[in-house]
Amino acid sequence: MPDFDLIMYESEFRRIEEELKKLHQQSNSKLVFLVDKNGQLIASAGDSSDMDTTSLASLTAGNIAATGGIARLLGEKEFSLIFHEGERDNIHISLIGQRVILVVIFDNRSSIGLVRLRVKKASEGLLRIFDEINRKSEEKKQAKTFDDSPFAEITDEDIDNLFR
Amino acid sequence: MSFINYSSREINCKIVYYGPGLCGKTTNLQFIYRRTNPEQKGKLISLATETERTLFFDFLPLALGEIKGFRVRFHLYTVPGQVFYAASRKLILKGVDGVVFVADSQLERMDANMESIDDLKINLGEQGYELDKLPFIIQYNKRDLANIIPLEELNREINPNGVTWYEAVATKGPGVFETLKGVAKMVLMELKKNY
Repeated sequence: MPDFDLIMYESEFRRIEEELKKLHQQSNSKLVFLVDKNGQLIASAGDSSDMDTTSLASLTAGNIAATGGIARLLGEKEFSLIFHEGERDNIHISLIGQRVILVVIFDNRSSIGLVRLRVKKASEGLLRIFDEINRKSEEKKQAKTFDDSPFAEITDEDIDNLFR
Repeated sequence: MSFINYSSREINCKIVYYGPGLCGKTTNLQFIYRRTNPEQKGKLISLATETERTLFFDFLPLALGEIKGFRVRFHLYTVPGQVFYAASRKLILKGVDGVVFVADSQLERMDANMESIDDLKINLGEQGYELDKLPFIIQYNKRDLANIIPLEELNREINPNGVTWYEAVATKGPGVFETLKGVAKMVLMELKKNY
């Protein structure tokens, strides 16, 4: 397999949430969220009650994937940043460590300069956390010590129940 | 590549519907969308052209229920089937956990089926996957039409390795949920093997 499955534990998840909360406050943005490159929402900070974050996550990942495709056609490894400007809201999308996508939605209470500055800072912190997550799941995979794995006892009946 | 979150107790898996243009990939997702309870589904997103041909992908998030206290979510994607969208197709396969190949049963679409399954193998290969090692099933769609190829022939041509297959009529529903359930089972069993 080209990638490892992403396995998130409580402690790292809390640290990611903290980092996003800090970015949300310091960048004066509306909503901050983190997406796996495959389109799965990892965590968010800010008011997402009236936003369809699942769809946002999937479309953002599609956007990054398409931009990456364009980059490679131009001989670039990747474009690490995308910015869309709207009449009311703007969206700043950046790639962190080739693995996750950091998305900041902001309006005129913030500015692109401030967002870029804060995103840069937050990216460093997030990168460290994800390095740790990768190391941890790699260790557990090698040692086959997944505590409390939901899959250990999974039966055909469990799966059938999902489709009732 | 699944995402298992022990903190929020969620498992997320990505399933891609692949196949030649107009074979019924989007129709599969539309039927699943119509027949799923509102609380179990998100929005069905279609990035399509004005003539309703898939341009980039369709996306349907499903949260079907829980297994051992973990909420199981499947993210269903389709690829654009038309030949010239090859670059986009490749991108959708990134991080895939399971593949459904939707074959068009009509006689005149046999070449398109073969071309598409070769394209699938090549595109998976470029992402570092092998089709034989991935949860993979085949759906023979449009079984209600008159000019269809017999199943034995379809299996001989498209399915030499004898993977699980289903007959379907995606416009009306038969076989659609069976296919989804079939691939979901394989994906979860694959996770069981690894964790």
